[in-house]
Amino acid sequence: MDQKNPNIISELKSRFDEKVILYYQQTIDSTPTLWLDRNNLIEVLKYLKYEITNPYTLLYDLTAIDERVRRKRNGQPESDFTVVYYLTSFERNSDLRLKVALKNGILSLPSITSVWESANWYEREVFDMFGIDFSGHPRLTRILMPKTWKGYPLRKEHPARATELEPFVLTDAIRDEEEANLKFSPQEYGLATESDDSDFMFLNIGPQHPGTHGLLRLIVQLHGEDIVNVIPDIGFHHRGAEKMGERQSWHTYIPYTDRIDYLSGVMNNHAYLLSVEKLAGIEVPDRASMIRIMMSELFRIASHLVWLGTFAQDMGQLSPVFYTFNDRERIFDIVSSITGGRMHPSWFRIGGVAHDLPDGWDKPMQTFVNYLPKRLKEFDNIIIKNRIFKARTIGIGVYTAKEAVDWGITGSGLRATGFNWDYRKKRPYSGIDKLEFDIPLGKNGDCYDRALVRMEEMRQSLRIIQQCIDNMPSGHFKSDHPLAIPPRKAKTMTDIETLINHFVGVSWGPVIPAGEAMVPYEGAKGGNGYYLISDGSTSSYRSRIRTPSFPHMQMLPLIAKGYTIPDLLAILGAMDFVLADLDR
Amino acid sequence: MKYVFIIAGVLLIALSIAAGLIWVERRLLSVWQDRLGPNRVGPFGIGQVVADTIKLFFKEDWVPPFSDRPVFVLAPGILMATILLTFAVIPFGPNFVVFDSNIGILFFLGNSSLGVYSIVLGGWASNNKYSLIGAMRASAQMLTYEVFMGLSLMGVVMMADSFSFYKIVEAQKGAWFFIPQFVGFIVFFIAGIAETHRLPFDIPEAEGELVAGYHSEYSGMKFGMFFVGEYLGITLISGIIATLFFGGWLGPSFLPPVFWFLFKTFFFICVFILLRASLPRPRYDQLMELGWKILLPLSLLNLLITGAILIFLK
Repeated sequence: MDQKNPNIISELKSRFDEKVILYYQQTIDSTPTLWLDRNNLIEVLKYLKYEITNPYTLLYDLTAIDERVRRKRNGQPESDFTVVYYLTSFERNSDLRLKVALKNGILSLPSITSVWESANWYEREVFDMFGIDFSGHPRLTRILMPKTWKGYPLRKEHPARATELEPFVLTDAIRDEEEANLKFSPQEYGLATESDDSDFMFLNIGPQHPGTHGLLRLIVQLHGEDIVNVIPDIGFHHRGAEKMGERQSWHTYIPYTDRIDYLSGVMNNHAYLLSVEKLAGIEVPDRASMIRIMMSELFRIASHLVWLGTFAQDMGQLSPVFYTFNDRERIFDIVSSITGGRMHPSWFRIGGVAHDLPDGWDKPMQTFVNYLPKRLKEFDNIIIKNRIFKARTIGIGVYTAKEAVDWGITGSGLRATGFNWDYRKKRPYSGIDKLEFDIPLGKNGDCYDRALVRMEEMRQSLRIIQQCIDNMPSGHFKSDHPLAIPPRKAKTMTDIETLINHFVGVSWGPVIPAGEAMVPYEGAKGGNGYYLISDGSTSSYRSRIRTPSFPHMQMLPLIAKGYTIPDLLAILGAMDFVLADLDR
Repeated sequence: MKYVFIIAGVLLIALSIAAGLIWVERRLLSVWQDRLGPNRVGPFGIGQVVADTIKLFFKEDWVPPFSDRPVFVLAPGILMATILLTFAVIPFGPNFVVFDSNIGILFFLGNSSLGVYSIVLGGWASNNKYSLIGAMRASAQMLTYEVFMGLSLMGVVMMADSFSFYKIVEAQKGAWFFIPQFVGFIVFFIAGIAETHRLPFDIPEAEGELVAGYHSEYSGMKFGMFFVGEYLGITLISGIIATLFFGGWLGPSFLPPVFWFLFKTFFFICVFILLRASLPRPRYDQLMELGWKILLPLSLLNLLITGAILIFLK
């Protein structure tokens, strides 16, 4: 990794000219962060994606920052709103952050959908949240907020709580307007109502539907039962998690993260805290790191078990969902004996974890690690090897590795195409590189391969947990760093500094030094990451949550066209998305 | 007077089995799915049947304003009527049959064809897209499966030399027909699952895809009739399998013949439920393919070979 001395700058300068990079911003995560001029944005992006050797093929994230009240900008170019593009090059194993400043009331940028189609939803989200216009975007409408929403939620002047608003009254006029807005018109989505020889049927799957695993609406254009087009309509599960980040202290935001990908509990804490600790410069003790790895992998299994059961149920198999949920319950028993919580333990803390492992923690863990492989074998026999299941999933929802990268697919969905990319191996965090495990790969990129990859991932996670049990280091479960709150209570009785820190840490929360950081994280569903900006205050200035489900769902129309309704359910099931992860 | 008792007996047995199946299925499924199931109402939760029935009766019987009202109301009735009528020709025991018709099998096949109308009309009259798709799937599925459902029984008819269920049972005194007619039995069994649209062939309902398929818009006792109709259908198909392939009421004489018939019927009902607990659902085109490309040729072949052997033996 040559992130510290990126030659990308010289490459860009030699291709364009000296002035292409307006400003080189130092960030704590040492991702090269370059400010570009809006006029040559598209050209630079095209160069980075297509022409440069070892190109930046993945648009990992695209978001914006409202900079108007930010105080500690440390020499960054003047900007009211900054649009941030986060690119990844697999060959370089390196990321690149590009920023474009928008100021003087001109909130418009050229759309980059011509370079990355996956930018479509991201740009819509930025438009929805910040009111930034992207010229040349195919359909720039609100995506997470309702069509009738007034204002742009992530702008600093937009209120975060209902009490900051007038009391809400549902007048007839408002009701009529809202109802009129619910009316479905195919033209609005650019869908034709008829072909040369027949009319299309528009089927509205969701938001309440047994097959969508939550509040998701799919507008399906049907010819008979063949899917002509499908348009996901998301946002029903939007809870303003990013806005909350700007109100909550660094510490009290941890429980919110649990509920982003609500099936993988502490993994969200983990992803969030990696960024916070990077910002704060906290070294996590070995024991805490290994506890984190162990619990995260445990939750990866829990998440995959839910996926397996519901996937089988989507295929019409009634029983596996009970078996997998029972086994997940065993995981929760262990989780609750260690953390006190179940699905959302919110148990990781800045600089470590909340408590030390309880005495005898390893026995139930070991029992589970011994127990699960037999069950996985059973699941293999009743689900994966079932001939009807195979007939339903093999060759369904196929995409290639190139398409996957183009659309921002990460995690098992990417590895099912045979593309070897796992952040645990490529960007090891919390000392996971010291543990042995393999990255299972698929071949065909269809629903069946995605299932195979996840099955094997559970076995690999068990391997990791086994190594954690065998090699759990001794030491502290939390860092001694003053920003790791609260400092150990015992020490506050002997040392006035610690007492002050404890008091401030508990009453205000820690003040994280100004800066920006993002640590890509291998979540259960794919690439996760918290892009945190601190303005040197007790809460974050901007918390951007990069979630895997968002780009995955965006790809649905591409991989579902031409299949039938039952296949659509198979594709959705194999995608493994969580609505809170999609809408945040 | 004797007929009144027989009719009452058949109706009582058929309906109480169907209603009891609600509980049996839920308990059996839960045993196979590592959970308890309904066990609160009465001993072993058997009162659940009563509770469920009362609930269905007291639910609002809502007819959607956008539906085609007369057809919507008629549809569940057709299902119940056709299935209950078929029970008339099934012998529960020697001299325990409502109407021993000499065209019994044809009567059953005809009625099951009529039963499709219930689903198609119900789905159509609901004026709901999910119901419509479910109804279309149902009609395609039933058309496919009825073809060789009839054909698969012809081997039995040839061997017994009669269309009467009663005579067919009597013809099995030497050996039950599932041995010589094993292929016919398998084909009929699969067609029977499709006929009752149970998992894995519950494509017209397909919960994860079509919400509840053709009966999405039904509530109250109209839904109840579809619901009980499904269990009646299972009972009927199981009863017919027992009659045609497993010797009907025949069995060791230490127990009454009716017991043997019900025992065999119940066994196949449990197989139906076990299938539901274990198999995923194929896609409807895969189902069609199985029907037209494998099962139909198979039943034709079975017919040919049975006929050839019978002629050879004569």
